[in-house]
Amino acid sequence: MPKLSIADLEEIRNKVKKSTILREGSSVAKITVHMGTCGIAAGARTIMDTVIRIIEESKRNDIIVTTSGCAGFCSKEPMVTVEIKGEAPVKYSSLNESKIKKIFEEHVLNGKIVEEYALAIGNEREP
Amino acid sequence: MVKSWKNMLSQLEMRGNLNMEFRSHLMVCAGTGCVSNGAFNVKKLLEEEIKKRGLEKEILVVATGCQGFCAQGPIVVVQPDDIFYQLISPEDIPFLVEEHFLKGRPVKKMMYTPPGEKTQIPRMSEIGFFNKQRLIALRNKGLIDAEQIDDYIGREGYNALIKVLQTMSPDDIVSEIKKSGLRGRGGGGFPTGLKWEICKNSKGDPKYIICNADEGDPGAYMDRSIIESDPHSVIEGMLIGALAIGAHEGVVYIRTEYPLAIKRLESAIEQAREYGLLGKDILGKGFDFDLRIKQGAGAFVCGEETALMASIEGKRGMPNKRPPFPAESGLWGKPTNINNVETWANIPWIILNGAERFASIGTEKSKGTKVFSLVGKINNTGLVEVPMGITLKEIIFDIGGGVPNGKKFKAVQMGGPSGGCIPAELGDTIIDYDSVNATGAIMGSGGMVVMDETTCMVDVAKYFLNFTQAESCGKCTFCRIGTKRMLEILQRICDGKGEEGDIEKLQELAAQIKDSSLCGLGQTAPNPVLTTIKYFRHEYEAHIKDKKCPAKSCKSLVTYDINDKCIGCGACARVCPTKAITGEKKQKHIIDQAKCIKCGACYDTCKFNSIDKN
Repeated sequence: MPKLSIADLEEIRNKVKKSTILREGSSVAKITVHMGTCGIAAGARTIMDTVIRIIEESKRNDIIVTTSGCAGFCSKEPMVTVEIKGEAPVKYSSLNESKIKKIFEEHVLNGKIVEEYALAIGNEREP
Repeated sequence: MVKSWKNMLSQLEMRGNLNMEFRSHLMVCAGTGCVSNGAFNVKKLLEEEIKKRGLEKEILVVATGCQGFCAQGPIVVVQPDDIFYQLISPEDIPFLVEEHFLKGRPVKKMMYTPPGEKTQIPRMSEIGFFNKQRLIALRNKGLIDAEQIDDYIGREGYNALIKVLQTMSPDDIVSEIKKSGLRGRGGGGFPTGLKWEICKNSKGDPKYIICNADEGDPGAYMDRSIIESDPHSVIEGMLIGALAIGAHEGVVYIRTEYPLAIKRLESAIEQAREYGLLGKDILGKGFDFDLRIKQGAGAFVCGEETALMASIEGKRGMPNKRPPFPAESGLWGKPTNINNVETWANIPWIILNGAERFASIGTEKSKGTKVFSLVGKINNTGLVEVPMGITLKEIIFDIGGGVPNGKKFKAVQMGGPSGGCIPAELGDTIIDYDSVNATGAIMGSGGMVVMDETTCMVDVAKYFLNFTQAESCGKCTFCRIGTKRMLEILQRICDGKGEEGDIEKLQELAAQIKDSSLCGLGQTAPNPVLTTIKYFRHEYEAHIKDKKCPAKSCKSLVTYDINDKCIGCGACARVCPTKAITGEKKQKHIIDQAKCIKCGACYDTCKFNSIDKN
């Protein structure tokens, strides 16, 4: 009786794929939570925790979350930037838990930008 | 009792790296180079600081194998952001954790700045050292924890094994490897597929396969790094090789001087056994194979395959004459296939990606990539994997960052003590077995020692010959005594006692040693001397005729004098260990040549350029 069948090995592979994708940078979608002092004060931490939890619940292993500093628009914090591979990044502002859930459902999972919360599409120009 | 795999899976989940919550992974380089720079301490402090900030459920710290950029260690790469931090000291860590992981602001001052430039490069993929490389053998470097088999599995690990078990016959495997054009990465460059075919077709039972990890060239650490960062790639390669030639037992011959590599290989073998990837009825396909480690005592000659097998058998490590070749009569007189670590690590990639893709990289007769360890007078000391066909200059300048301190690039020693010196004028030579051989050097296992204008070529030849002379097993007279005589002549030349005709004597001895030695050690030992004579004959002549060392490196041929710029500060006199320097305060000092031992301390101390080295 073999210890591990080919199907078992494949199952292990699927389980660890999440780490692999994170390390290779080969994700399909990236959510950046802006966590400058202003963001943290406005509740970016809750947004971050929510994002981590809903990615987990979605069972998708090709979506990653990362942090960055202040996006420069402190009065509109908390903010996140959603980047779908091959598309321009979208910044969302003045977020709360229910808004980020909606953004995740519609934009991250289904590719439809949630215009009512969107602040801008695209990044600032490089100098 | 055999644990069920479901049981194992739940254990794995508890272990943490299958935990899905982490948003970021910190890949701490834990190759030997970084470990000696304190990488384990950095890892420990990072974990403590992350815990202090309450981020331990979001950020995972992973110890990986060698990232390759050894000069900049300790190194941490932050994923998925791809931020590369280098030269990390324990004091930096609280700031780093607070700024980057808590507040999301990458820390500029800990990023890499290329030599001679002013702006930092945040992303690893934008650093020239990394983005000019092409990874096959080192495909998992820095991406997996070498002591976690699941990390390897997540990066397509053991997929090649599944492919051969399900769809390929031994003949198919051999023909695929033949088609790929892979040649032995240990230095000889013998076609791997052909080697397997001969062993597969020879009669005898059982058959053995061996992994040669007896890497012994001074300054070479390719195989060590592969095993330290990705031991399963070697195990998987050997499984595929065993399936092709019909072996059920394998040995990894590794030198005991590689404790970290041995530890990681042992743990990899144990985990593979636990998963049933080694042992009986592998993956339920009726194939049996197991592997053991044999630790060698570190004799250079044991890298030669017949001496290596003698050592495994418990005999003194001495070469035997060939034929019969190991493929016909090897370990315990049975058909045996020996390949080097890097060769084995290439195998799973070739099986998974196809021979054509491998063969599309490189030159007509040298396919794929080659791993080199860059050492010596070079900015980016480290481990690199480059496609065959790249030029020496590209490796040394584009990847290696050139020679430090504005010195001129003079030559590069390839192939270790069996290789030769390639001068700067031949910097356009491409990396390819035949092109490198044409220069008189050899591809070798991948050691690349870079030299600048202050390196004396006679001294270099003496250094390497001293090594082979000490490592000669003594079986063949010419290798045993001939190398000793050559070494004496070189010593004499460096001491300023060289005689007319010494160069010719060296050449004559070299030819005889090459002709009458049984194994590769003796046959190649004179190469460093021959190539330095070929390209730097004028340096030998200057030593012999003018009693001068053009690189100002041979102590006996150098004199130190104080010039008129001396302001009489007395700094040199204070550091002189033999009190050879005298003079009044604020007056020009003088060196008593009879007392001077030419240590160079005064030269290094003087701030006014008033000491001349002649």
